Amino acid sequence: MPLISVRDLTRTYTLGDVAVHALRGVSLDIAAGEFVSVSGPSGSGKSTFMHILGCLDRPTSGSYRLAGRDVSGLSRDQLAVVRNREIGFVFQGFNLLARTTALDNVELPLLYRGGGMRAAERRRLARDTLAAVGLGDRLHHLPNQLSGGQQQRVAIARALINRPAIVAADEPTGNLDSQTSIEVMELFRRLNAESGITIVLITHEREIAAYGDRIIRFRDGAIAADAPAS
Amino acid sequence: MSLLTIVRVALKALGRNKLRTALTMLGMIIGVAAVVTMVGLGRGAQEEIEAQIRKAGPNLIRVRAGNFRRGGISQGIGGAPTLTVADADAIRAQVPGVLHLSASVNTREQVVSANRNWPTLIEGSDVELPPIRSWDVQHGAFFDAAQVRAAARVAVLGSVVRDNLFGPQTDPVGERIRIRNQSFRIIGVMAAKGAGAFGQDQDDVIFVPYTTVQKKLRGRDGVNISGIFVSAHSPDSVDRVAGEIAAVLRARHELAPGEPDDFMVRSQTDVTAMRSQMTRTMTGLLASIAGVSLIVGGIGIMNIMLVSVTERTREIGLRMAVGAQGRDVLRQFLVEAAVLSLVGGLAGAALGFGVSAALTRLLDWPTAIPAEAVAAAVAFAGATGIVFGFYPARQAARLDPIEALRFE
Repeated sequence: MPLISVRDLTRTYTLGDVAVHALRGVSLDIAAGEFVSVSGPSGSGKSTFMHILGCLDRPTSGSYRLAGRDVSGLSRDQLAVVRNREIGFVFQGFNLLARTTALDNVELPLLYRGGGMRAAERRRLARDTLAAVGLGDRLHHLPNQLSGGQQQRVAIARALINRPAIVAADEPTGNLDSQTSIEVMELFRRLNAESGITIVLITHEREIAAYGDRIIRFRDGAIAADAPAS
Repeated sequence: MSLLTIVRVALKALGRNKLRTALTMLGMIIGVAAVVTMVGLGRGAQEEIEAQIRKAGPNLIRVRAGNFRRGGISQGIGGAPTLTVADADAIRAQVPGVLHLSASVNTREQVVSANRNWPTLIEGSDVELPPIRSWDVQHGAFFDAAQVRAAARVAVLGSVVRDNLFGPQTDPVGERIRIRNQSFRIIGVMAAKGAGAFGQDQDDVIFVPYTTVQKKLRGRDGVNISGIFVSAHSPDSVDRVAGEIAAVLRARHELAPGEPDDFMVRSQTDVTAMRSQMTRTMTGLLASIAGVSLIVGGIGIMNIMLVSVTERTREIGLRMAVGAQGRDVLRQFLVEAAVLSLVGGLAGAALGFGVSAALTRLLDWPTAIPAEAVAAAVAFAGATGIVFGFYPARQAARLDPIEALRFE
């Protein structure tokens, strides 16, 4: 059974009187442990696809099964629970809480986890996760005391802390220089190889997409190409 | 998310912008401080009045002649000599529960000592006046029954009169003063009593036997008197005794039913209740004005929370992306508003205590802050924060995570 299975996914926005067809029938499967790059020009629907995959948005029609469970009809709050448990986000702009230590930023998803995890246990998990991304010596730094690459690694630690099924990374290197981009991408590769975590990476850069095992190209709201990386 | 965690998250969020947090609280601080100070001042005034009742003698009943209507014209209090010594004797004989009684006849005279003079109230009374008005004699003694019977020319000075005729801290017992060109021997000086219920100076007075006023100063018969002081056995019996005095007097004056009294019976509690009522109204008015500032403080919180929600849109989007549900966001912002208003309220209460203490120290205004008023003000502040914090919190909870994350 694939981890992700979408069939005939469509998403239509209404902007004023105009209906925008962002997705026009997307079907694909992603198996657990895959590292998938999604690329395409802006307006191709890759971001919309990513939002639905990340349970931030719901499809207009079509089905989305995540680990065998149909999540396309869940309520806002149910989707929040799925995001918390199953999905870790990494954004282009890092989205760290300002004036908040790396440790507190990483701990954030645990606060919404429920089940009453003790504060000491949350601390320990956050510390371990930061160490795993190579920031064991930056626990109490604030975002503005960290470089761009370090900030993105804090964000990756935050995405990992709930041991999600999928890490969804939206242009994670968009704000980084090329050397730092390589470091961050190597980190993704290592996480995928060592922990078997499924990664869905959105990027419009060919070199970055090449880090994936499989590259899916979007064009005009549909899949134009879907092939293993050469 | 447990409440403790929410509170911790809210505190951290507030801690990230300390200046704004402090300025937002300021509205609440001032509001609660104003309420606490106003209520403290009001209660202080109230307690002072109650102390005055105790000083004046809580069991005191005053009967005054007058309020007499002749040919459709009201004569007013003291407008007609309607009370007599016989009335006073009848009250003493017929009304149970009368502890002390003293007839009273007053006149104003210029009083002359060896080298000074002073205009004052000459209050003719009976021997029981000091216990009736809980008033001690400081030097010498009050006159006795024999001196009253003899209409003796003896005087007991109020402290203000003593100060003006002989100087402060003197003991003029045995000296002589002249009233209407008659020589009076000073046999006592009253202790200082201070201001009465309406601010009049009670110590500007000379007590002489009422018979002396009747026969030696007014030069009239020994029949009419201008009033009667009575003290009841207990505070509880004051109303009953006052009622029975009125009944006895109406019977003696042969007033038909429906005819108005030609006298007035007033207990000390009536007088002070009137002033208490005035003070309460004033306190209520001031406290409600102060209460308005609490609401203004609440609106300030709403204002800042709305700004804060807009400014923190990305933060809210991120929280939602990592799993915050609508109610988590709603609670976080509600708790932030509640913390702002509650902490502001507590600080305001502390400031109110400080201001009250300063008013008492520097201006000598009596203040007494009732604990329940402080609790109510702080609770109201907290409630205001939650009410005014709800709208911004709901705005935050309703944000769409994608839109919120994209917000610049």
